[in-house]
Parts: sequence; structure tokens; C-alpha cells
Amino acid sequence: MTATVHVPGGSMPAAPVEPRKRRASKVPYLLLLPGVAWLLVFFVAPMIFLASQSLQTGSIEQGYALTWHIGTYGDALSAFHSQLFRSFGYAATATVLGLLVGYPLAYTIAFKAGRWKNVLLVLVIAPFFTSFLIRTLAWQTILSSDGPVVGFFRATHLMDLLRSLHLVAGNDLLSTPFAVVMGLTYNFLPFMVLPLYASLERIDIRLLEAGGDLYARPFTAFRKVTWPLSLPGVVAGTLLTFIPAAGDYINSKLLGNTSTTMIGQVIDGQFLRVLDYPTAAALSFTLMLAILVIVAVYVRRAGTEELV
Amino acid sequence: MAETASTGGDLHLQSLTKQFGSFVAVDDLSLTIPQGSFFALLGPSGCGKTTTLRMVAGLEEPTAGRILIGADDITDTKPYRRPVNTVFQNYALFPHLDIFENVAFGLRRRGSKNVKQQVDDVLELIELGHLARRKPTQLSGGQQQRVALARAIVNHPSVLLLDEPLGALDLKLRRQMQLELKRIQTEVGLTFVHVTHDQEEAMTMADTIAVMNNGRIEQLGDPASLYENPVTTFVANFLGQSNLVRARVTSRSGEHLTVDVQGTTFTMPRARCTSESDDIWMGVRPEKIQVNATAAGANTILGTVTDTSYIGVSTQYLVQLGFGQELTVVRQNDGAPILRPGQEVYLSWEPAHTFGLDARQDAKAGVEREEGELVPAGDAS
Repeated sequence: MTATVHVPGGSMPAAPVEPRKRRASKVPYLLLLPGVAWLLVFFVAPMIFLASQSLQTGSIEQGYALTWHIGTYGDALSAFHSQLFRSFGYAATATVLGLLVGYPLAYTIAFKAGRWKNVLLVLVIAPFFTSFLIRTLAWQTILSSDGPVVGFFRATHLMDLLRSLHLVAGNDLLSTPFAVVMGLTYNFLPFMVLPLYASLERIDIRLLEAGGDLYARPFTAFRKVTWPLSLPGVVAGTLLTFIPAAGDYINSKLLGNTSTTMIGQVIDGQFLRVLDYPTAAALSFTLMLAILVIVAVYVRRAGTEELV
Repeated sequence: MAETASTGGDLHLQSLTKQFGSFVAVDDLSLTIPQGSFFALLGPSGCGKTTTLRMVAGLEEPTAGRILIGADDITDTKPYRRPVNTVFQNYALFPHLDIFENVAFGLRRRGSKNVKQQVDDVLELIELGHLARRKPTQLSGGQQQRVALARAIVNHPSVLLLDEPLGALDLKLRRQMQLELKRIQTEVGLTFVHVTHDQEEAMTMADTIAVMNNGRIEQLGDPASLYENPVTTFVANFLGQSNLVRARVTSRSGEHLTVDVQGTTFTMPRARCTSESDDIWMGVRPEKIQVNATAAGANTILGTVTDTSYIGVSTQYLVQLGFGQELTVVRQNDGAPILRPGQEVYLSWEPAHTFGLDARQDAKAGVEREEGELVPAGDAS
């Protein structure tokens, strides 16, 4: 923005002082303008369009008309509820796995890495230098039937364990729910690690010393001091993982099979192949609302936990 | 903890040494702190006092030496097993817990009974019972300080460590908390080891002070004897102000020592001179110097007033002696007229108020230059 605060001094006889002052108070609003305009054009308008589309009837050949047909939601849900629930199941699993992997990683970087801290942080972000698609495709190679990972799983009977959990069907890892969850966990791990790191790094080391001084063993000190103080990072990290993971359609497409279809894939198909716009729009809205509700409940629970 | 009733709760430091790389933070320190005493480790920043405290707390591992409480060697004991609690410099209160839970933290970890009763009692002692459910950030600095103290003393440690506990408070609050700390210490009867760089704070509260410098103890004693009988120039300058004048011993007869200062003769008790050498620093505290209009008796020297600063309760003068050195003189404002710069005066002091230090020491050691304080007169050269 070019709206700068008026500079005192510098003789400007023509410019009256009063209006300049009033304009200065508008600066915050002017600064908001580009962001608001962006949101209106690229978020609010498409939302309204999507909402209206979900309530339309018709066909691609004859055109669609707004008929306020609420029934589309019911039809879409009865047809695709299993994909919706599966998406949340996969996303939740990937989030929990991400937390289990990410917390120790963030903890180590924050407290134990010393001068390697920045190097390790760059390594966490490094995957972003290649595209999401390429990274997921790479997992196809990693999990391929003749690869070392599959060999290891077969040799150690981990494959049998996964099979008994219905995470794989045959003797392969690719094209299984296991592969999809692994892909989701991997792809969203940086979103978990960075907020965790940020909140762990802020913890005053003297609080941990005080914990030890007050008879807390290292594990108790972690449970009573470090963990509660890192909760903001846990909440942020899990949200940043869960939300995009629930709507993801690349991992299930490239690493899964027809029985691992996630809701994002369904929406993608309805929009671009079946060309059933109302159903696709209704599913998009349902997904969004479901995530909103889940997140609201989660944040509220986590928020009260923090106060205990 | 349990054995606080027995007399064997003295804290012993034996040849304690801590090195960080090649830097010796604490150098072969040996010390016994009697149970129930209020002990101060006093020194400038970087003198090793905090490192000593952290070694007692178990937060720092000694390079060499032992730490004992009574007969128990705790040198290798984990911090969470030591009967020692610390009041941290910036309190280190748990921000996610309320005041009650902060104070109850140590009791809960040890599975203590009557947690509520004990916490309520100690909150009563620090007069913050009504704020039990507040979070630390909702309290003022002075209140947070008292909570940090309560959180430590509720555990009845054998030794309570205080690391610059009043450093973050403003001057007025600090004075108030000094009295409060002393009251609480008397009431609970625990051994307090107090680390501070503020000599006034140490003198107000402590029974015994150890003045530390460069990782060693310069002098140990009660506040009055440290102030009246400093044995090094560092102590003379760090604890209050001192005038140190280069002098030459001319005779040692019986109880007395006669010295010559640029042609003027002074006497002092032989016991108050710590040096056997003939070259000494003759020291006298600014408030011990009498100012007279005429020469009266022995231990008298002529000088010219060069600076006057009126402080209210007293007036501080700089008086230049014939050979150029300036002495600091402090005079109570008891009605005597204020001296003007340029005025000639005779300075005198009791032989018993004079002390002698080894002349090989730096006369400026321990001089505080903070807060625009006057630098006490030192070497004339």
C-alpha cells in the first residue's frame, strides 16, 4: 500500500492539516483492503457459487437451475458416507502417527540439537523443495513389491500383522490402506513438526529445572511441565495435519486401491468425470462442515485440558 | 527433610571446583554453613556464586569436590532426590498452573499428605491465600516472588537456596521483601543460602556473609566484622566504600603500628593490619573521618574540599590531600554547616578505625561504578 502516515515538518503550505490526519486513521483499513478483496473474490464468491450449485437440479446437457433441492445432500451422503468416514479415519490415524513421529523429532531439535538446530529444521522443510505429487509418486517406488521395505515386512512377519489388522490384503504394501496412511503421515509431517518445534522451543529451560528441583523425575517433569506447555503446538500441529489430510485425494489415488477411496477423490470424480456438479458441491459442503464441527469440538476439549 | 530436627543438617562444601572449559568458575571452595542460619554468598556477577548455588541444587555437576548435608554426601544425588529447594532468579513459576498448584507441586510429587492444609498454611504465611486460584501472570512481581518462596519452603528442605531472589524487584519493594524474607526465615527456621550481588541486601539479612571473587571466598564473617575489618582491598571496596592510602610502616611497637603517609604520621592497632610487609594500604571508611577547622591531636591531615554532594541524611565530600589524592568523607547532616569546595579542613580519625592491607593488592579491586556512585579514592599515583 502506498498510504503512508503523514510526515510532520517538510513545509506543505497547500495541504491542509486536518484532512491528512483523518486519512491517517484510515490506514489500517486500507491495509486490510487487498486481503479482504482477495477473500471476497477467491473465497466468499466461490463459496456462494458452490452453495447455490449444491441446491441446483438439472443435467450437464440441459443446464442447471436453482431449485433449492435439499435432497441432493441426502442422496450424496447415502451414496458416499463410507468414503467420508474412511477419510476421517485415515486422517485421524495419520495425525496420531504424525504426532508420535513428530513430537520426539521436534523435542530433539528444540532441546538437544545444539548447533545442528538450523540444519535439522531445514531438513524438515526440505521435502517442500519438490512437489507434493513427486513425493507421493516416490512412495510408489519405496513400497514397490520388489523393494527393500516390502522385503523387510515379509521377513519380519510385520506383513502378517498388517494383514490381520486388514491394513493390507495380499503380500504387498502398495495399493493398500497402509500405504495411503503412510503417504498421508509423511506428506503432512512438516506441518506437525514446525508448530510443535515453535512451542517447545519457547519453553523456559528454568521451568524444567524448577520441576526437577521440586522432586519431579525427568518423566514426571515432562508430563507435568513440558507436555502441558507444548499443548498449543500439539493443537496447531494436529489441526494442520488433520484438515488437509481429510480432504486429500492424491495419496489414496496413487498409493491406494478402489477400496481405499477417500472423499476428496469422490469429489474430484463427481466434478471432473461424472460431471454431477450438485452432488460434488453437496459433498464439498458436507466435508467442510464435518471438519468444522470436528475441529470446534477438538479445540474446545484441548482448550479446557490446557487449563487443568 | 526428615532430619531437620537433628543438629547434623549443616551444609558442607569441600574443595568444590567447577570448570567450564578452561574457565574456572568456582575454585577449590570449602565452606560450612550451619543449620538454621541465613547465609549470603556475595560477589559481583561472574564471581561463581550462582554456579556454587546450582551445584548445591544439583543443576550443575562439580568438576571436583564434595557436597554434604550433615553426614549425607549428596554430590552424586539427582536434583529431584536432594532435600534442597531453590527460589529461582526469575521465579520460574509454572505458567500453566495456578498459585495453589504451583505451591503444591513439590508436595504432590512426593505424595505428601494434607496437601491442601500445608499449601493453605504457607499461603497464609506469605499473605496470599486469597489469590490461590490466580495464574502467575496475574500477579505482581512482588507477589510472584513470594509464591516462588512459598513453593520452596512448603517442602521444608534442609537447605533453601535463593538465587538473586529480589533482583527483579524495584528498590522500594526490595527493601520491604528483605524484611519479609528475614521474618519468614526466622519463623520457619530453615537454612537459607542467599546469592546476591547487592551488598546492602546481604548485610540486612544474612547472619554470615561470604564475599566471593573469581571463584574464591575473599572473606567470611558476620556483616559488622566484614565491614569494620576487611582483609582485602576487594572486600574493602565491594562492601561499602573505603579510602585506601599508600603508607609505609615506620615502627611496630607493642599493640600499635606507626605509618608514614607522605610525611604525616598515623597510628593504627597492629591487629587491624593484615600485612607483615612495610608497604601497606592504610584504609578508613568515609563515615569514620572527622572534619575539623583546626588541627586536633594525632592522626590528622590537612586537605581541601573539592566536591560536595548533599544526599539528605548526610553529605558526601571529596577532600584533596596535599599530595593530590582525594578522600571520600561522609558527614551526618546534624546541623553543622555544609562545607564549600575550596575550603581547607583538617581530617582525623580514631586509630581503632584504621585498617591496613597488603600493598601488592589492587586498590581499585571491587570498586562499584554502577549508578553513578562516587569511586572511593584509591592510589594517588
